[in-house]
Amino acid sequence: MKKIEAIIRTSKFEDVKEALHKIDIDFFSYTDVIGVGNEIKKSDRSYRGTVYDTSYISRQELTIVVRDVNLRKTVDCLLDSAYTGEVGDGRIFVTTLDEAWKIRTRIAGEDSLKGEDGK
Amino acid sequence: MKKSIILLVCLILTLASTLVFDSSAFGKDVDPSGTNTGNKTEIAAAKPEEGVSIGEVADLVGHNKVAINMMWVLITGFLVMFMQAGFAMVEAGMTRAKNAAHTMAMNFMIYPLGMIGFFICGFAFMFGGVGTLGTLGGYDGLNNEITINLFGHPFGLFGGKGFFLSGTYDVAVFALFLFQMVFMDTTATIPTGSMAERWKYSSFFIYGLAVGTIIYPIYGNWVWGGGWLAQLGTQFGLGHGHVDFAGSSVVHLTGGVLAFVGAKILGPRIGKYNKDGSPNAIPGHNIPMAIVGTFILAFGWFGFNPGSTLAGGDLRISVVAVNTMIASATGAIAATLYMWLFKTKKPDPTMMINGMLAGLVAITAPCAFVSVGSAAIIGLISGVLVIEAAFFIEKKLRIDDPVGAIAVHGVNGAWGCLALGLFADGTYGDGWNGVAGKVTGLFYGNSGQFFAQLIGVVSNIIYVGILGVLVFKLTEKLVGNRVDARAELEGLDIPEMGVEGYAGIKMDKNSETPLSH
Repeated sequence: MKKIEAIIRTSKFEDVKEALHKIDIDFFSYTDVIGVGNEIKKSDRSYRGTVYDTSYISRQELTIVVRDVNLRKTVDCLLDSAYTGEVGDGRIFVTTLDEAWKIRTRIAGEDSLKGEDGK
Repeated sequence: MKKSIILLVCLILTLASTLVFDSSAFGKDVDPSGTNTGNKTEIAAAKPEEGVSIGEVADLVGHNKVAINMMWVLITGFLVMFMQAGFAMVEAGMTRAKNAAHTMAMNFMIYPLGMIGFFICGFAFMFGGVGTLGTLGGYDGLNNEITINLFGHPFGLFGGKGFFLSGTYDVAVFALFLFQMVFMDTTATIPTGSMAERWKYSSFFIYGLAVGTIIYPIYGNWVWGGGWLAQLGTQFGLGHGHVDFAGSSVVHLTGGVLAFVGAKILGPRIGKYNKDGSPNAIPGHNIPMAIVGTFILAFGWFGFNPGSTLAGGDLRISVVAVNTMIASATGAIAATLYMWLFKTKKPDPTMMINGMLAGLVAITAPCAFVSVGSAAIIGLISGVLVIEAAFFIEKKLRIDDPVGAIAVHGVNGAWGCLALGLFADGTYGDGWNGVAGKVTGLFYGNSGQFFAQLIGVVSNIIYVGILGVLVFKLTEKLVGNRVDARAELEGLDIPEMGVEGYAGIKMDKNSETPLSH
């Protein structure tokens, strides 16, 4: 059982979601995260005549828990679908999980990650 | 099934109503077109057998003339009152979410505070010696102007009648009070913008009373109450004296000078300037609200300028209204294009707002005296002027004005007064301030009028500047002017007001304050 945390571009969210659904990763959760970088770039923000950069980088972080058999294809899917080639495409982190439960059915372990159709 | 029964009942009722309200059901006296309502039977004749006398007709015509004027004064006054909502939305929209309740609360309480100050003594100081109220029926009880003699000429300083509106129990005075009170409150609410996000509420409270009781009314007396600036024409031959139709100097320059003094004394918001003196942007939290507020202000201005005839029967009001809207349009377009083409290459919504308001402020003094072409030029110049002034104030003087109040009301108030002295075309204002002939500016051959405008502007800056410094020094001693740094960083809403403007809504207070470096 692995937990994948992927920080991706906000603009790539829909592409990534669709790609994940295509490989039958049907459930994940996400949050809006703010990264603080040190990158000096030309800002396109201006307010009352002052060009400014908030130095806050808006990204989305997906949390996906998968069975070990699905790890490789999920990571490959993320690498492909979140890619633009520009600086700032994001990161993927993977950790090993010890336990998991599904609350309604009380099923534990890797089985809890299978969908209703047993996939 | 039930729903279709309800629909059927509605349909039957609607059809029935068209039958019931058929005019034939009411006999021959009904007047659906309105052409026959109101005729000679409205005039009560003293001797019905002899019919209505010419004297009775004349009395009613006179009464109706004053009634039209008074309706106009009251309704335009109500429009100006609503501008308070516009100011509140512009100022709160262009400041940060963490201070929203505080900014709104200042814009709210200035209305009652200023009003009570004006009621106590402001009105008496301003209009206690104004003389006959010509358009409102000729009441002449406000006749006590305190005057000193200098160089063999009288100088009217302030009025001395009508404290608490006592001794002036007359409908004309009450109409004038309402109209002039809402003008005063417009001035009073201008500095809450330039001083927003760091001004202690207790200091603001004292300021609110000071502006309504003394600061605004004294200068107002000099221009509108028969004081020495109005007398520059009769006493020194400078055109018609200082002429300010609806308040570029009396209202806006006064507010702008107070905004300047207040913002200078308070100092910039934390994070506004870097060590090298360059400014950081502190974006307002609700641009849509600021834009709606600007529309409310532009709407209220149709009371502000056309109402200042104090006469619904003075048909110049159509010229005044069109000049007002044309200048607001050229001001907004000029400001937008200037930012878009020459500055940050973005149209910049808050500068659009400042541009439209600058055009409105600048046309406020000359709106009744200039041609529509001149109004367009005055607005156009104000749109560029407001941006250059805002940049100068922010980058060179390093005075932090979150909403651009000084550039809009101060700089363009002065520009509007001077523009009158340049562009007045000699088609209106016969007998203004007791001087025969129509108001004429420098470009139409009367340089004296321009000098009268200049004197009015300079004396406003000196007088209001000095009183502003005195008031803010006094409040500094009594309660302190500025909140402490911690309250400012966390937002003034909880420490000053006790409740957040947006309770229960997550906001990122860190990203609202830029880091100085």
